[in-house]
Amino acid sequence: MIGTGILKGMAVTARNFVGSYFEKDRLITVQYPEERTPLAENYRNFPFLIYDTDDAEAGLRCVACKICEKECPPQCIYIIKSEDKKPDYMGKPQFYPAVFDIDISVCMSCQICVEVCPFEAIKMDKVFELSRRERFDALLQRKRELSKSNTYYHSICPTEAAEVDAKLAEAAAKKKPTPPPAAGSAPAAEPTPAPVI
Amino acid sequence: MSGDVVDQIFIRAKQWLLSWLAGAPDWIIQVASSLLNIFALLGVFLTLFALISVLERKILGRMQNRYGPNRVGPFGLFQPIADGIKMLIKEDIVPARADKIVHFLAPILIAATAILALGVIPYGRNMTPFAIDGGILFFFAVGSTTELAVFMAGWGSNNKFSMLGAMRAIAQMVSYELPLIITTLPVVMVVGALSPDAIVAAQSSYSFGFVPHWFVTTPWGAAAFVLFFVSGLVESNRTPFDVPEGESEIVAGHMTEYSGFKYATFFMAEYIGMFAISGLTVTLFLGGWHAPIHVLQFIPSYIWFFAKLSALLFVYIWLRGTLPRTRIDHIMNFAWKFMLPMAFTCILAAAVWHYMGRGLAGWLCSLAVIGIVYIALSILLDTRKRFATRTYRFAE
Repeated sequence: MIGTGILKGMAVTARNFVGSYFEKDRLITVQYPEERTPLAENYRNFPFLIYDTDDAEAGLRCVACKICEKECPPQCIYIIKSEDKKPDYMGKPQFYPAVFDIDISVCMSCQICVEVCPFEAIKMDKVFELSRRERFDALLQRKRELSKSNTYYHSICPTEAAEVDAKLAEAAAKKKPTPPPAAGSAPAAEPTPAPVI
Repeated sequence: MSGDVVDQIFIRAKQWLLSWLAGAPDWIIQVASSLLNIFALLGVFLTLFALISVLERKILGRMQNRYGPNRVGPFGLFQPIADGIKMLIKEDIVPARADKIVHFLAPILIAATAILALGVIPYGRNMTPFAIDGGILFFFAVGSTTELAVFMAGWGSNNKFSMLGAMRAIAQMVSYELPLIITTLPVVMVVGALSPDAIVAAQSSYSFGFVPHWFVTTPWGAAAFVLFFVSGLVESNRTPFDVPEGESEIVAGHMTEYSGFKYATFFMAEYIGMFAISGLTVTLFLGGWHAPIHVLQFIPSYIWFFAKLSALLFVYIWLRGTLPRTRIDHIMNFAWKFMLPMAFTCILAAAVWHYMGRGLAGWLCSLAVIGIVYIALSILLDTRKRFATRTYRFAE
């Protein structure tokens, strides 16, 4: 019969129309700014610098070796190594980056800087709401904006952060027979639950 | 009667406004009365247009299991304002090689004809803005002018997509004008008048107090209603018959070269045309402004009219959410091979119903006539291929 197929199709759309008001799981749209889906633990986008303890200057793990700058495929990292050495939080004199900039409008989130860093000083962040009105001021991140604490790292990637802490502690133990507790890991040793960002 | 006051409130309001002009020459009162009607019509239907444009998106969204627009204002109801502002601030581009006058006049003509057609529909008791004896004739005369406007848009744009779209639009609109008018004929013949008010009045009584004498309750009326509705879909270029503006093939058809407010005018004309054709469907087959049950007559007549209109508009949107775009040759085949014979059958069935005394026997015979032709056409037009069971032969 002509028209029966149309009636069947209309029954399907009617079922969806009425169903969308009664069955909540039909409407799968996430109303983004108000609701968010939790990010996966392995989600990454832009790099940041880790510091131990609470002192962003002295605790910075980065010693300005410039490996990441050389390896960065889109060349978005810019480092000026310091002339002098300053004592880090453990009192050991170290070079430090006088300037450390990342142009996150150029960064392609490849994580190569993280993989080549011998000091576990640079890691990938999960902040993605970075849209800005100006390109040159807001998207060129300076050392001050890039530095984030190890506690923060534990809060965004607990598993990976625990592994990194364990590795650093092992290295420190190998170097010194009588080890001081490694890299400020004491408060951050137990992983905090994954944040709902 | 208090019910009467609510029912006639708009008529009273108009009379009160006109009473300010008491003592003025006759023609001034005439003009003022017409202007009041025009402003009321425009106010109501432009509001309805704004409302339906957001509701359509919300309903379509729900049919696809998503929220529709819900950001601007409460429940997204201010969306049309945002859309309107967007349309208004866009640049109005006229192609260099376009026929400027025709290009400019087309949107005006299409909107004017769409709005003119609204004038003859009875919206409630004593609420026909322009009661003419040949109202139905006027409606179709004005409605067919739309085709001219569409072709003006296609020709004036001097663009191959516009031209193709306009040609398609003309082809399908002319083809479906025939079933549209022929399905109106049985109603006109049974009532014996071309005036919409007379047609509504003929559907005013009830059997046993709950079966309304709407023409849709008779077999020929039901068939004619469906045919008229489908033809109306084509006339207003709605899905599944929206080939004139098939984006995947010809950009936007005759509207390709229009931008900004002119495009918005086309869009508005399309929706107003949809309201007009739905309003006429309500008038012809669904008893106009009459209540469906005798007891419910205390509800004002215009509320019933707009309730029926909204129901029809919902079906328009429902179909849009259900059906994909039809191919142009399928549309044409459907018009000439199915719609037209069925429309003629409706006349025949109406005659059977009328001459058998408009009773139960006539009702059943009329149903039989429609049923036989419908089944015969269904069998004859079934072009689905039936394949034999496939057998495989393999090398041994």
